Amino acid sequence: MTVPVIGEGEARVEQLGMAAVTILVGVFGCIGYFFVSNLILDRIYPASGPQAGRNINRAGAIRPWLFLMPALALLGVYLVYPVFVSVWLSFHDARGETFVGADNYVWLINDAKFRESMWNNLMWLVFVPAASTFLGLVAAAVTDRIRWGNFAKAMIFMPMAISFVGAAVIWKLIYEYRPDGQEQIGVLNAVWTAMGGQAQTWLTLPGVNSFFLMIVLVWIQTGFAMVILSAALRGIPEETIEASILDGASPLQIFFKIKVPQIWGTILVVWTTITITVLKVFDIVLTMTNGQWGTQVLANLMYDWMFRGNDTGRASTAAIIIMLMVTPIMIWNIRNAAKETR
Amino acid sequence: MADLKLVNVEKAYGEVKVLANINLDIKQGELIVFVGPSGCGKSTLLRMIAGLERITGGTLEIDGTLVNDVPPAQRGIAMVFQSYALYPHMTVRENMEFALKIAKKSKDEIAAGVDKAARILQLTPYLDRLPKALSGGQRQRVAIGRAIVRDPKVYLFDEPLSNLDAALRVATRIEIAQLKEQMPESTMIYVTHDQVEAMTLASRIVVLAGGGISQVGSPLQLYERPENEFVAQFIGSPAMNLLAGEVVETGPMTVIRLEGGGTARSAIPTQVSDLGMKVNIGVRPEDLVETMDQAIFTGEVEITEALGEVTLLYFKRQGEAAQVVAKLPGIHAGLRHRSVALTADPGKVHLFHKGRSLLYRH
Repeated sequence: MTVPVIGEGEARVEQLGMAAVTILVGVFGCIGYFFVSNLILDRIYPASGPQAGRNINRAGAIRPWLFLMPALALLGVYLVYPVFVSVWLSFHDARGETFVGADNYVWLINDAKFRESMWNNLMWLVFVPAASTFLGLVAAAVTDRIRWGNFAKAMIFMPMAISFVGAAVIWKLIYEYRPDGQEQIGVLNAVWTAMGGQAQTWLTLPGVNSFFLMIVLVWIQTGFAMVILSAALRGIPEETIEASILDGASPLQIFFKIKVPQIWGTILVVWTTITITVLKVFDIVLTMTNGQWGTQVLANLMYDWMFRGNDTGRASTAAIIIMLMVTPIMIWNIRNAAKETR
Repeated sequence: MADLKLVNVEKAYGEVKVLANINLDIKQGELIVFVGPSGCGKSTLLRMIAGLERITGGTLEIDGTLVNDVPPAQRGIAMVFQSYALYPHMTVRENMEFALKIAKKSKDEIAAGVDKAARILQLTPYLDRLPKALSGGQRQRVAIGRAIVRDPKVYLFDEPLSNLDAALRVATRIEIAQLKEQMPESTMIYVTHDQVEAMTLASRIVVLAGGGISQVGSPLQLYERPENEFVAQFIGSPAMNLLAGEVVETGPMTVIRLEGGGTARSAIPTQVSDLGMKVNIGVRPEDLVETMDQAIFTGEVEITEALGEVTLLYFKRQGEAAQVVAKLPGIHAGLRHRSVALTADPGKVHLFHKGRSLLYRH
């Protein structure tokens, strides 16, 4: 990432000004909207006079909708409408003009790159949530027992604050390869050659290069899993643990037979939440390999067809596939989360 | 099924000693109740016996073996927690099996143990339920069952009835008493802040206060012959009345002139040298009776509480002195705002000097 520096001082001041204006307009616009709309409602149905009771009831029925309206409108424009348009576009040609029936879907199923993406997505789906949840659980259990646990937690959580692109750049440097004769600057190759290995171009190694990308997401998501699971572990009643100590359970038995079963619901929620993130994974692949060398995933495939192939039909078809895969997991996840908080 | 011996046991958190000089000899088959106000360390002491808290001083022996550093599971104890502490993800059966499975007992042994415990506690129909599908009383029975299947030498109960409602508490209390009768060989230690539980269950009560043992004795011993004012007031409800006074006549029958103007006679003997000694007399509300003669106490009834079987009279405070309470059998209407004179049988009048009972001064 190169940051533009020279001769753009004014432009940057302008950007900051725009940002400030946006924030002010946004915040005060919201307050103003609620205030004014509320005022108008009270004018139309005044809570006094001969029909005060009827007016209060009517205003009470309308008010929630008044307040929900902005959110509903924005969700409609930016979430619901695109879904329908995507479905529509997926049945049309590259420019969205001619109806082509299921052609895009047929093409997709026979496309080698799509199959590669599906396969890779499945690998991501299995590996990343499993690894993140497991490492997060271990980190949560271990950091609760050591004195510098809070510091360790902060360090493990830190990657959560880094954008996917930023994380990808960091890890790209770790995987960096320099041709023979030059000094290796990538940490992985440095370690590898120090151990007597031959420097590798890690990101082009077929089969394993996808895992090198997955590790980036695991690195990010472990912190998330740890924080949630740590809270869950602390919520376990102390007495059940003491009872199991008296029952003669070893620390490992306590962990796997007493603690983990009691937070099983939370583990599932963490797992599925990460799963949804994984299905949408895009930035990491785009930044590190752009889907080359057999690392393509669905979201990047969609992006490729949309902005490089200029084919709204095929891009939308890929988008629909992603949505179909995410939806059931999301519904299940929301239900589970609701059950947990009940 | 074992003796316990505590010698100079103490517990300190850093510099702060919460328990010190705990000396106790518990015989096999006893049901010992630790009782005391909250914060007196009774639960801490129990947890030290269990091994959940480290013993920072003194020795604890179970069956003649020093167990200070023996891990909890190998001490031969089982504990029932106030909050039941059932494993929520396991059925009743699995809860009871857990310890046996950890101990790698054979399948037959496990099944036999669970069945027996379930039969004793009438839990057989519920064996395949999860704890959340049980009532509070049933949960507590499962917790007890979990202890029974381990066949421990010593049972520890940490306020096991506190989470139950009043009616269930009485029922479960009786169940525990019956359980004890079925297992006369077992040693049990029971922590409670409820003196009714202590009085009804204990073979001996240990009253803990101020980081140490205040008195050890059978329930009636504590009631009839309290060693000090704390025990006197802690056992019995409402608490024993304490009235300040001065010894004016000594001998087998001691006469005390009270600061409130009354005169009390106590069957606790005193010597001539005790003449003029500042004492507190202690007299239980239920031992006070109305009198026409010489009264220990005369006062105006401020509030009455009619409970049917008894009527509680709360007298107007006189200066700094604590409120005097009398408990008269039966129903007494219309005593409010009237002046009542009270006395008590000399055999029921306790004498305390500087907080200690004169009964125990030799």
